[in-house]
Amino acid sequence: MNDQQLDQSRLGGFAYDPAPESASLARLADQYGLFIDGAFTDPAAHQQFATLNPATAQPLASVAHAGPADVERAVVAARRAFDGGWSTMPGSERAKYLYRIARIIQERARELAVVETLDNGKPIRETRDIDVPLAAAYFFYYAGWADKLDYAGFGPAPQPLGVAGQIIPWNFPLLMAAWKLAPALAAGNTCVLKPAETTPLSALVLADILVQAELPPGVVNILTGDGATGAALVEHPGVDKIAFTGSTEVGRLIQQRLGERGTHLTLELGGKGANIVFEDAPIDEMIEGVIDGIFFNQGHVCCAGSRLLVQESIADEVVRRLLRRVEQLRVGDPLDKNTDVGAINSAAQLARIEELTRAGEAEGATRHASSCALPAEGYWFAPTVFTDVAQSHRIAREEIFGPVLSVLSFRTPEEAVAKANNTNYGLACGVWSEKGSRTLWVAQRLRAGVIWANTYNRFDPTSPFGGVRESGFGREGGRHGLEAYLDV
Amino acid sequence: MDQVTTTPLRSAVGAEGAVWFAATNAVPRVESEIQLRSILASLSGVDAVGAEARAAKLATRSIKRASKLAALDLAISMVDLTTLEGADTPGRIASLCAKAARPDPNDHAVPAVAAVCVYPDLVASAKRFLGDAPVAVASVATAFPSGRASLSVKLADVAEAVAAGADEVDMVIDRGAFLSGRLGQVFDEIVAVKSACGSAHLKVILETGELVTYDNVRRASWLAMLAGADFIKTSTGKVPVAATPPVALVMLEAARDFAESTGEVVGVKLAGGIRSAKDAIRYLVIVNETAGSAWLTPERFRFGASSLLNDLLMQRLKQRRGAYVRPDEFSGD
Amino acid sequence: MSDRLDVRKTYKLVVNGAFTRSESGRSYEVTNAAGEFWANVAQGSRKDLRDAVRAARAAQAKWWAATAYNRGQVIYRLAEMAESRRAELAEHVAAAEGIDPAAAAASVGRGIDRIVWYAGWTDKVTQVFGGANPVAGPFFNFSLPVPCGVVGVVAPEDSSFEGFVDAVLAPLATGNAVVAIASETRPTPAILLGEMTTTADVPAGLCNVLSGRRDELAAALCTHEDVDGVDLAGAGDAAGALAVLAAGSIKRVLRARGHGRAGDDARRLRAFIETSTVWHTIGQ
Repeated sequence: MNDQQLDQSRLGGFAYDPAPESASLARLADQYGLFIDGAFTDPAAHQQFATLNPATAQPLASVAHAGPADVERAVVAARRAFDGGWSTMPGSERAKYLYRIARIIQERARELAVVETLDNGKPIRETRDIDVPLAAAYFFYYAGWADKLDYAGFGPAPQPLGVAGQIIPWNFPLLMAAWKLAPALAAGNTCVLKPAETTPLSALVLADILVQAELPPGVVNILTGDGATGAALVEHPGVDKIAFTGSTEVGRLIQQRLGERGTHLTLELGGKGANIVFEDAPIDEMIEGVIDGIFFNQGHVCCAGSRLLVQESIADEVVRRLLRRVEQLRVGDPLDKNTDVGAINSAAQLARIEELTRAGEAEGATRHASSCALPAEGYWFAPTVFTDVAQSHRIAREEIFGPVLSVLSFRTPEEAVAKANNTNYGLACGVWSEKGSRTLWVAQRLRAGVIWANTYNRFDPTSPFGGVRESGFGREGGRHGLEAYLDV
Repeated sequence: MDQVTTTPLRSAVGAEGAVWFAATNAVPRVESEIQLRSILASLSGVDAVGAEARAAKLATRSIKRASKLAALDLAISMVDLTTLEGADTPGRIASLCAKAARPDPNDHAVPAVAAVCVYPDLVASAKRFLGDAPVAVASVATAFPSGRASLSVKLADVAEAVAAGADEVDMVIDRGAFLSGRLGQVFDEIVAVKSACGSAHLKVILETGELVTYDNVRRASWLAMLAGADFIKTSTGKVPVAATPPVALVMLEAARDFAESTGEVVGVKLAGGIRSAKDAIRYLVIVNETAGSAWLTPERFRFGASSLLNDLLMQRLKQRRGAYVRPDEFSGD
Repeated sequence: MSDRLDVRKTYKLVVNGAFTRSESGRSYEVTNAAGEFWANVAQGSRKDLRDAVRAARAAQAKWWAATAYNRGQVIYRLAEMAESRRAELAEHVAAAEGIDPAAAAASVGRGIDRIVWYAGWTDKVTQVFGGANPVAGPFFNFSLPVPCGVVGVVAPEDSSFEGFVDAVLAPLATGNAVVAIASETRPTPAILLGEMTTTADVPAGLCNVLSGRRDELAAALCTHEDVDGVDLAGAGDAAGALAVLAAGSIKRVLRARGHGRAGDDARRLRAFIETSTVWHTIGQ
């Protein structure tokens, strides 16, 4: 190499310029009403609240707060729609509405992605490549079931349950709406959907999509609000079914509230997923999978692989590579197409993450945080890995729901399984090994509703998702997901 | 087997585990085929789905504005401008060399490419046409592209190219030997060619399209690096499957791990089928986020290509002009 | 007057494969349908229930580790044992339910036939309730029904044998262990079936049968955090309150929904299985 070539080599280093998606694509209104009986209306008590952009802590829009009177109107509208034709309409007709909705979601994908990123704080790369396409895929998948329910394995002519109250979380606002609405509608139910308090906007865009699809009034009603709105929906005697995704604490309360009445219930609750790494794991893909398992969506994922169980023989090397990879994560503006990790969804969630990570240090674990610069405004938490974690530490037992990984080790497959199962949760686990026989042995023994082998955080409308034990009951996705909305 | 270094092998083999976490701080001395086999067997497997997903995810990086301009210039400086046709003539080599030394005659800020890459019999012509331009001459050798000749013929091929002034030699491995498990033979050939290269840099072509699996790509990469390769290279460009993003990913991981483990830096060259600036930038992203920015230099990373250069130039001009340009803006060769 | 004095039997709990008096030492008198003394029956306590749950947890692991074929054979063996004691079972059913001997014999026959039916389910459950899922990517994805674990059964109060068979055999056939609370007023057919499990190669602790005060035992069952699911078939008016208790540890709850509805068989089989979905990459 001569001198000039050496000069050229100093071009090396590659800083990506900002590549922000335009916020104006969101086309946000200043103020939103409640979507009841096919139209946007003011809440009875005329109460509004602001939804914030967590990346800036600035308000995005004013959203209606639904009270008991609004819940009543929505449930009545849903009942009328149920009795007025939706439940008895030929499945092939219901299917066509769902196909329409799927198509319009695809057509308005960029708008939805930007709305979701603004309201939730998650990176645009994820909303664009995962949340929105998957939401459309769930509608497509369940559209096809609407006229094939006889073949779903629940006997001939299975009947819908009636009015479904659906309460969804803030971590995948649009996708969770799709997971709830698509199977319910395919099965012939009508819905009252209550989005999370901090992320109402994509559901309101979805309401507009339902209007565009000319879905009959009342078939889907969308009530924005807070926990009190959700509680009013749970308590309403006109609701035949509650589907809830959220924390185990709230899920338990709902199950208790509904116990006496015997209302149909499915719960998708918290988790403390273990990613089990054997020494024969495909190392590079495993590191990516572990990273994706905990830092995807800022770790705001009920099935996050928040515990890394690594075989002792490779623990040091895995931690070294992991920390190097964490340092590479691009944290910042969620609208930047190159951002890997976005904002924490709310001040309250940030406070919980900070509290638990402080407890981790106090209990003797070692904190390794990315040295990335964090924006001054908004809610941010640097991707963090804890080593020297004991099974008894809070950070190894409690769901943190943030970008925080706890590393533990094991010596034998039996010990790995025992440690993975040593939790009241049971939502998801990962297994990393090139030895198929052992992978299946481990998968057979893990108490979890979803097991990813040599991959993590994959979702598909054909694949049932849901937990065991205190991670809830019922499945979403696949043929199994229909059971939650049929009287079988 | 010839010795590669005199540093004893420390922990690359022996204890149950993988060489990827055994930092030996030197290239292990490979003394037997059994030992070579055990080193390669101890490498971690590659999960094809994961590798492809990682490459696809990196392809979504959005490189804009100044970073795009820098990337385009960097990519130009990494091109091994290549012609490997039966119909090549000194005349064609002359125009190739002119283009290599000054890719855009209207803009002196455009860097020269890294090298021109030709058949051995055209090395002397290339040297003559390039004169003192800052462009290396690379020659394919060792019965390119099939590698199907006796070792003595291959070594004679290399010796001729080096004698004619080649700065770099691109050899092909014996894929048949690799696939039938004669790893020692592949290793010894590389060692012998390296020795015949003298001061010329050796790029070892794995022909990944014929190795087929990522596990093979990883093992062949390590084999070549252990045998003394200065670069590991994907392809001859003469088989249907050439460089792909996941293959690049796996080879860059190998180069990174080898450097960490032994302290020896080996470069990576992608060849075959890379025609657009967009693809080139995607590969630079893979380099950046896999081996790291230390590999973002022509000393450590190359594109073997012919038509790629013009697309890089067109994109470069478009970035500056703010409008798309005609293909005829740049010379064909 | 008979030639010899009867040897009277005290009906004990079946816990961990053994016949135990209640640890409390209490027992209670059970009468037949006509109100006459029928038997002394152990009155299980909360501690007996705790022991039964612990035994069930351990037994469930062994039960599920066995092959589905083997589980089917064991349940079929139970039917064989019941068949050989048909007369005794019928006598107890007749007394408990106040039906004539022919009707009781027919009921027992139907119950035993149901056991045979469940025996055939063990190696069909996976195929019927599981399957492969065609995900949009290079993954092999399959869903398997796996048992919840330990299932508590509040057995029907009226149907002393047939009802008990359905409530207990459905979770057993899908791989669970059972802690069953027998009918409070008509417990002896259930206890007899419990006895038979101990001679039918059923792992000790897999099928525990407790007799006693239903309200007390059912509340303890529903609050026990290591019980994964409860069938409230015989809970009657208490079902709602028990369901509230069961929510404390997010149990799966099966509620009665009236007799003889189509689809009840499948509903019962589905009630205490979890769907476990496995993804594996497919690549060279």
